[in-house]
Amino acid sequence: MNTQSKDVNLIFSKTLRAGVTISATVIIIGLLKLLITGESGYPGDSYPYTITELFSGVIKFKSYAIILLGLLFLLLTPIMRVVMSVFIFWKEKDYTYVKITLLVLLILIAGMLLGKV
Amino acid sequence: MIILALKIFLIAIIAGFFGSLVGLGGGIIVTPALTILFGIDIKYAIGASVISVIATSSGAAIAYLKERLANVRIAMLLEIGTALGAITGAFLSGLFSSSVLYIVFGLFLLYSAWNMFDKLRKTGGEDHHVEVSHPLADKLRLGGSYFDKATSTQKDYKVAGVYGGVIGMYFAGITSGLLGIGGGGFKVLAMDVFMKLPMKVSTATSNFMIGVTAAASAAIYFFRGEIDPKITAPVALGVLAGSVIGARVMQKLPAKAIRIIFIPVIAFISIQMIWKGVF
Repeated sequence: MNTQSKDVNLIFSKTLRAGVTISATVIIIGLLKLLITGESGYPGDSYPYTITELFSGVIKFKSYAIILLGLLFLLLTPIMRVVMSVFIFWKEKDYTYVKITLLVLLILIAGMLLGKV
Repeated sequence: MIILALKIFLIAIIAGFFGSLVGLGGGIIVTPALTILFGIDIKYAIGASVISVIATSSGAAIAYLKERLANVRIAMLLEIGTALGAITGAFLSGLFSSSVLYIVFGLFLLYSAWNMFDKLRKTGGEDHHVEVSHPLADKLRLGGSYFDKATSTQKDYKVAGVYGGVIGMYFAGITSGLLGIGGGGFKVLAMDVFMKLPMKVSTATSNFMIGVTAAASAAIYFFRGEIDPKITAPVALGVLAGSVIGARVMQKLPAKAIRIIFIPVIAFISIQMIWKGVF
């Protein structure tokens, strides 16, 4: 095996580690605040689920909004991984895999737009 | 509330641990645990379980990538199949009675589990040895090499049946898109049966792949408001912790042990699927 693919694996590993660490930290902050203060920042069992509601809640440091922001970071981690692969394979001059990755990304976006995946 | 969060957190650790060992995500443990043990609405249990799949995948893949057990090229190529399959599955779901499909896919999975068990008995469950790689596998440089911590040897492997693998992944994708469960099982099986990858590479690569499709569906659940923060936060944290531990343990297990854990899990999922179809 060539040494290139080892580097590729390490870059992916580090990307995932960063994504996981950031999201876990944010979720922990939100969860601790919720458990300590007992206040979610929202009436009853409700919580924000649109981007604008979410961010206005984060600015006000509401527990639920912080947790959801962390979960959103976690959700974005694998997607970032695919997006990054395009650049990583490009840098490696591995154009077959640039095409393969773009194709995967295209299918995923199509699926999300159709609301079907 | 602290007690409930703690209980969910502990169960999630177990889910992440086993999910990362066999490459299936933690969904099969998280959904029933949340609904049966804690009486949580199935809608929110599914939302949390999709997040648990992402958490298992990302948490375990940090180690699997570093140790080169997860094969990035194979994963990328096969994701074409799973992503297309997932869309197909979601479209088909309106057209077919899902009870029939649950039974058909469930029986097929059960048959595969039996097959693997049979082979385990006859050959001792050692890894395949591919002499000549598939021409496409050479062209796409799919082969790989990793250091097996169970035997303390460097293992090189070649890849067979690339087309079979991609087609298998398409059906794995249909299963997840259509039925929501069983996708990870079919992924591991397709890599094992068609591509003849070492068992650890199959489960680690499947594990790496499941996060992507799960993320696409999680985004939909998220903006529908089906990701409940108070349930999902302890699930995500527990599964992350469990999967990081699981990924360390898996590296030290012999391939045979992973098969022995994998077979009953697959049998359990297939019975769950058949059950859903019948009732």
